[in-house]
Amino acid sequence: MIGKLDITTLQQLWWILCSVVGSLFLFLNFVQGGQTLLWQVAKDDREKSLIINSLGRKWELTFTTLVLFGGALFAAFPKFYATSFGGAYWVWILILFTFIVQAVSYEYRKKPNNLLGEKTYELFLFVNGSVGILLIGAAVGTFFTGSNFTLNAYNQVAWTHPLRGLEAAFSLFNLSLGLFLVFNARVLGAMYLVNNIDFKGLPQFEARVRRSCLSSFLLSLPFLLYVVVGLVFFDGFGVGKDGAVAMVAGKYLGNLLAMPLVLVLLLAGLFLVILGVTRTGLAKSTTGIWFGGLGTVLVGLAVFFTAGFNDTPFYPSKADLQSSLTIYNASSSHYTLTAMTYVALAIPFVLAYIAYVWRLMDARKIDERDLADKKAY
Amino acid sequence: MGELDLGMVNWARAQFTLTAMYHWLFVPITLGLSFLCAFFETIYVRTGKEEWKRLTKFWMTLFGINFAIGVATGIILEFEFGTNWSNYSWMVGDIFGAPLAIEGIFAFFIEATFFAVMFFGWERTSKGFHLFSTWMVAIGSNLSALWILVANSWMQYPVGMVFNPDSARFEMQNIWEVILSPVAVAKFTHTTSSSFVVGALFVIAVSSYYLLKKRHIDMAKKSILVASVFGLLSGLFTAFTGDESAFVNASTQPMKLAAYEGLYKGSRGADIVAFGMLTPGKKTGDGQEPFAFEISIPRGLALLATREWNGYVPGIEDLVYGNSAEGLVGAADKIERGKKAIADLAAYKAARKAGDDAAGKAALERFNVNKDYLGYGYMTRPEEIVPPVASTYYSFHYMVYVGTFIIFLMLFFLKAGLSDRLPENRLLLRLGVASFFLAYLASEMGWVVAEVGRQPWAIQDMLPVKMAATNIGSGHVQGTFLLFFILFAVLLLAEIKIMLKQIKIGPEVA
Repeated sequence: MIGKLDITTLQQLWWILCSVVGSLFLFLNFVQGGQTLLWQVAKDDREKSLIINSLGRKWELTFTTLVLFGGALFAAFPKFYATSFGGAYWVWILILFTFIVQAVSYEYRKKPNNLLGEKTYELFLFVNGSVGILLIGAAVGTFFTGSNFTLNAYNQVAWTHPLRGLEAAFSLFNLSLGLFLVFNARVLGAMYLVNNIDFKGLPQFEARVRRSCLSSFLLSLPFLLYVVVGLVFFDGFGVGKDGAVAMVAGKYLGNLLAMPLVLVLLLAGLFLVILGVTRTGLAKSTTGIWFGGLGTVLVGLAVFFTAGFNDTPFYPSKADLQSSLTIYNASSSHYTLTAMTYVALAIPFVLAYIAYVWRLMDARKIDERDLADKKAY
Repeated sequence: MGELDLGMVNWARAQFTLTAMYHWLFVPITLGLSFLCAFFETIYVRTGKEEWKRLTKFWMTLFGINFAIGVATGIILEFEFGTNWSNYSWMVGDIFGAPLAIEGIFAFFIEATFFAVMFFGWERTSKGFHLFSTWMVAIGSNLSALWILVANSWMQYPVGMVFNPDSARFEMQNIWEVILSPVAVAKFTHTTSSSFVVGALFVIAVSSYYLLKKRHIDMAKKSILVASVFGLLSGLFTAFTGDESAFVNASTQPMKLAAYEGLYKGSRGADIVAFGMLTPGKKTGDGQEPFAFEISIPRGLALLATREWNGYVPGIEDLVYGNSAEGLVGAADKIERGKKAIADLAAYKAARKAGDDAAGKAALERFNVNKDYLGYGYMTRPEEIVPPVASTYYSFHYMVYVGTFIIFLMLFFLKAGLSDRLPENRLLLRLGVASFFLAYLASEMGWVVAEVGRQPWAIQDMLPVKMAATNIGSGHVQGTFLLFFILFAVLLLAEIKIMLKQIKIGPEVA
């Protein structure tokens, strides 16, 4: 059946698949959010260790999802991979930098003789959760605000801004999206910790974590508001009937109205996040993460779908509108997309064993016994 | 296509060399030690003896320290193709992206998921499931090696694809040809088996250190026994797959073979240089003797490369200047045809843009005649297709000598271990510690042979490295080079300090 799909269907299918991976990454950012909560909610060494060991069992999933996101975009939309990574050079390099320092921090933080000291590794984790996520948000923001590149007849990229991608972080919209993601990650981080740690005998610690969920959510609201207002009122990039890209008034609002399902995803997602916040911040429930997590995935999907579907270039160029990338002109060949779709059939199995192991490992919450282990972080 | 600044290309090259060789400091141990941990734990589960559990946990601690920095230095490689080599990423992304994505789906998640069980699941899962997880980490790590090596092999031997003049890129036609190419099979088997040797030597080196210090004697002896069996079998297999790699090179990358064998003038029934020193300053076509001195094995190279006594092996100069007797076309002809292909492609593009279908069709027909030489069109002189011979030659020979030596070393360790005479054989133990570093260097040198030996090509015969980079300006690339250099140096120092401390602490006491 897969062998018979036409190229347009495959291109759309792969945009959906990439969106799913990207949205799952946003959910798994609870790890990064938790990292930025460390100094705020943990008041002693034991509380810190509980947080680190709780997050430490999951950080690799987030990291791997980011790598897969890159790999999937490379395989399905190589022109985007080449244009964005090669063009918006510094924004991606700095994002990578924050993930490189994250990768050693869990393992090395508590080990004797670790050269940099415990505090430095904690700082690495904080930088990853704040600067890293902020820049990822700014990079995703350029899906709507555009970037400064041109492509020549051989599709070689030239960047027209001297900051080489970092300029993305200086747009109010991109910055707002980035900060929203940072605070949303903290919301999710608090939800996850409440779910994962055994707080028996530590009521104040639990109260601080729950409070941080609520406060992070409130802090995220102005940025969310700015992003939503921007999407509703800004001119957007649209592909006309003749295939030419032009600025279209109210383009992204138009997309949401033209694709009611996406609008439903967005609203349902926001509702679920709020539900998760109330369960974690205002009630005593430990299940907030599932609502917040699913909600984040739905919002993520809505964002990516708005950027890529309904005759919208998902990676628009401000410098040269006609260089803008759509899911149709940036994709791999029919053959490659078909082959990769067969590969993608494995994704449900991957998700299944991840879920199975997650349940198995989290059947008992993280407590003192885990910290006593010699392998504890 | 627009030409790129060579200074910038060389900085991008330097950065890739830095990050790849850095990453490779940690990969062989991951590939080898993961299986050894699985062996150790299997023995524990089979025998139920606590000492094997302690032993397993000790090696897992060292594995974890190494694994973390392996992950950290690995992520940069996945994205570096885009940041520093965007022309490359665009031109071959249709083929090259697939194995990277498959690696993510099939390998990385196995590692990430089961790593958590392996480290934190001792009390949370059953004995059987824990053992299963340890095996999955080993299999997942080696699967990720498979996919990245498939991608690398395709660069060395581009198959299963065609050039699309409309998009100006290469497109995949047959994924099975890409995955099952003889280069991929040889590369995967040789790289993983040699990494098993490095992993085994890591265990032997640390254990030898303990025996020399008269500490943890029982654990060290047990570890050496398992590691030397694994190391010996892997070492023999490494030699076998190395021979296979050279045989495959003869047909897919004859220039690389000629470079690492130091063969300037080809012949039928060529000898192989077993020991030799290259003439310093020797250049292609300057008429100097290639070797200052040499000891050769008659017909060795013909046998290695063609499996025949009298087979023909082309030398560097045959490949550069052509050899009509053996039907070899010189690089000058290829460059000329390549330049025609580039001009015809540009004409085709211009005609398409102008809407002149007839002119476009004619240009395309002309292009198709010479399209296999497209990459040569970016060369300026025939000698440009010769890789740096000395570094390729010496790296190769160092690798072969050390590889051979290690096989005998493993044999001695196995023999001493079986007859329980390890502790008193202090010379062997000292050699065990030192050989780890020799093998490490040999493993890195293998990559020098593979990657320096295929210069100047990013994609063999199709895309020169100098056309593959991102047009970004050398200042930016210098900046990131420095950034990664400092960061990785600090992280490496931290890793070594932590590792040495853990080795000093040793396993938990019973």
